[in-house]
Amino acid sequence: MTTVTDTLHIDGEEIPFTPGQTIMDAALMAGQYIPHLCHYPGLPPRGNCRLCVVEANNRSVAACTTPATPGLQIRSDTPELNEIRKAITQMLFVEGNHICPSCEKTGNCKLQAMAYHLGMLDDHFPQFYQRREIDASHPEILLDRSRCILCDLCVRASRDIDQKNVFAIAGRGTDARLIVNSPNGKLADTPIAITDLAARICPVGAILIKEQGYQVPIGQRIYDQNTIRETGLMETIAKKSDDEV
Amino acid sequence: MMNRPSSFAHEHLLHRLYRIQQQCRHIPPQAMQQVAIDYQLPLSQVAAVVEFYAFFSTHPRGRFDLLFSNCTSCGYLADGENLLQILCQQLQVIPGKTRADGLVSIGEASCIGTCDHGPSMLVNGFPVIGLNAVKLAQVAQLVANEIPLPQWPAAWLEISDTVYRRDLLLSERLIPGSALQHALRSGASETLMIIQRSGLRGRGGAGFDTGKKWQLCREAAGETRYVVCNADEGEPGTFKDRLLLHEQAGAMLEGMTLCARIIGAQQGFVYLRGEYRYLLPHLQAELEHRRKLNLLGVNILGQIGFDFDIDIVIGAGAYICGEESALIESLEGKPGIPRIRPPFPVTHGYLAQPTVVNNIETFIAAAQIAMHGADWFKTSGTSTSSGSKLLSISGDCEKPGIYEYPFGVTIRQVLGDCGAADAQAVQIGGPAGTLLGATEFERTIAFDDVSTGGSVLIFGQSRDLFAIHRNFAHFFAHESCGFCAPCRIGTQLLKNSLDTIAANRGSVHALEELQQLGKIVKHQSHCGLGHTAANHVLDGLRQFPQAFSDRLQPQFTARFDLDQALADARQVAHRDDAAAHLDQKR
Repeated sequence: MTTVTDTLHIDGEEIPFTPGQTIMDAALMAGQYIPHLCHYPGLPPRGNCRLCVVEANNRSVAACTTPATPGLQIRSDTPELNEIRKAITQMLFVEGNHICPSCEKTGNCKLQAMAYHLGMLDDHFPQFYQRREIDASHPEILLDRSRCILCDLCVRASRDIDQKNVFAIAGRGTDARLIVNSPNGKLADTPIAITDLAARICPVGAILIKEQGYQVPIGQRIYDQNTIRETGLMETIAKKSDDEV
Repeated sequence: MMNRPSSFAHEHLLHRLYRIQQQCRHIPPQAMQQVAIDYQLPLSQVAAVVEFYAFFSTHPRGRFDLLFSNCTSCGYLADGENLLQILCQQLQVIPGKTRADGLVSIGEASCIGTCDHGPSMLVNGFPVIGLNAVKLAQVAQLVANEIPLPQWPAAWLEISDTVYRRDLLLSERLIPGSALQHALRSGASETLMIIQRSGLRGRGGAGFDTGKKWQLCREAAGETRYVVCNADEGEPGTFKDRLLLHEQAGAMLEGMTLCARIIGAQQGFVYLRGEYRYLLPHLQAELEHRRKLNLLGVNILGQIGFDFDIDIVIGAGAYICGEESALIESLEGKPGIPRIRPPFPVTHGYLAQPTVVNNIETFIAAAQIAMHGADWFKTSGTSTSSGSKLLSISGDCEKPGIYEYPFGVTIRQVLGDCGAADAQAVQIGGPAGTLLGATEFERTIAFDDVSTGGSVLIFGQSRDLFAIHRNFAHFFAHESCGFCAPCRIGTQLLKNSLDTIAANRGSVHALEELQQLGKIVKHQSHCGLGHTAANHVLDGLRQFPQAFSDRLQPQFTARFDLDQALADARQVAHRDDAAAHLDQKR
């Protein structure tokens, strides 16, 4: 039995969707990659990284939060939009302290992979050199806020999938920071476990599982073998058992 | 009893936190834990709220907490002297830090809405106006002697409103209940038709059709509906709501009640900006008065089933809460982060129920229209912008104050009326609005020309426009909610870039950089704050490029001072001798 589906166009290609889907949902399902860092299929979208901003009927909208509607004409993979995406990626790099060569997430990091995907060769903007707190209190999980890009994925994963509500984002402007929902604000005092999605979903090296850093040698890591475009199309609905990363 | 969320069971979360802040001069961790228990909220949500709002702090502030406005009109630099620095020296305070004895702290606040009264500050949350160096010497004495604020000179605390021009709204005085009686006689549908025919559009600046908004809310599916009055005008340079809350609070509440009748709401909120807390007793008296007259409460004006009441919720220092969905988040006891839209508040607003959010001026206009009819309203203004607009005028002019004009008035006339003959530029709509130079003074105030919430900042020939841009850039970097990357990082980069240029370290590429950065912030951001935060830079680059380029260095210049950058290293090494400094002459 088939149902009649609506369609929209992304970069000239006709793509089917079902009512309730966002532009991002429809695109990924049809094998059309739209760059994104704060989106993960199965978690409610937030739209904070703005990498997925596309032109829909000549308006700039975030693909991950905008409902698909019939007949939308979307431009996404254009030189202009990819230049802007590169600039936003550069902004994320200079805001935090991202020192790829010494980071154990290198090769598995989505921010780094995005930079490669968009042809980013330098930071362009001046570094912020922010001092951010490290939380090493948990025996198995490290929280290094220097690398946090405030994508909110761990917040949503912990609240909606793990049902533990371990993380939140507090503060305003560049003072915004990831906080931990416990009286002393430390990860050790929360019920987080390494099997939780929240412990594994971090796209960068802000939340790391301890003592696993160099088990996979550099050269054999995720983005050594695949581009973020390829992995982005393979990601499935987030489940606790999902072996993300 | 009305259907209320748990945060209202005792008092609103923001009000509880305000009381703790007043008592303890900050919000200590134990207090946050108690609040989390009492309100059945995650501790992290309470902490996030505390950190979001500027008037809450996690470290003790002084028993006298002085926050100077940093607006271009009522700010501490507005009269040419650095008043903040002067007072800090007199009281031996480091800006932003509390003095060791806990007596006093001195910091900054975004515009506090006293732009027609010159440099001003908040003292423990209450405005003290008309500051100058002489007054500050007295302030220092009063603080040193711990004289409580109510005993300070009365003239410093009395905020008068000067109205230079009254038009449609300000020349009418609504008899309490008269618009409602009209509406009850005509019926809700007919009254909505009148509002729609009047062409009334939201007075906040965006100009959405008010009748259309009410109709969409009325038709939306929901268990209940809410009416919210946005009394959080925070755009630097705006102060007309101060007058309206003083003089026309009754008409505002009547407009809200009228809306409730039309959409079928039982509960309304006035979200009042924290800087206007001093107006609370007046507003509460007004609410009480209307309850006594049966204009609020149960079976209003004897109409069975017409039940509606209004609560006042007071903000705590966040410009972003003027954005309607951020305001709703704040009403719900959360940080004021704008929501994803759609869905819009008319279908999913407060507690996910259909909600109308309009500002004070819009509700007053709606009440007057219900009273006098659509045609009365349409006689004023233009075909697409009917009615009148209140302007708050300040800056370099002889007569700063409030002016009401029919829509369609030219900038030139406005400048002439307020005595601003030598204006080189005017910022209409505040930092988020439009910067206009003399060649554009023939343009008009209207939704399809120069749209504005009402802030008019005038800059005379002697003003340094670059300093204005820098002020605005600092404002947006401070007020960005931090949710989305382009605004959070972009406003900071704009600020840093202008600071670099101000320090004579800007290179010739800076203009192109500012332009590109400005476009990204404008087009890629999540909400209206980001969409408008770079407007002043883009306008300035187009109209007054020399304000920027005059400061650029022709040759390569490092963005930073290398010797200064070594300060941390010197501190670590406990050295400050000549050899630990770079020889600047070489």
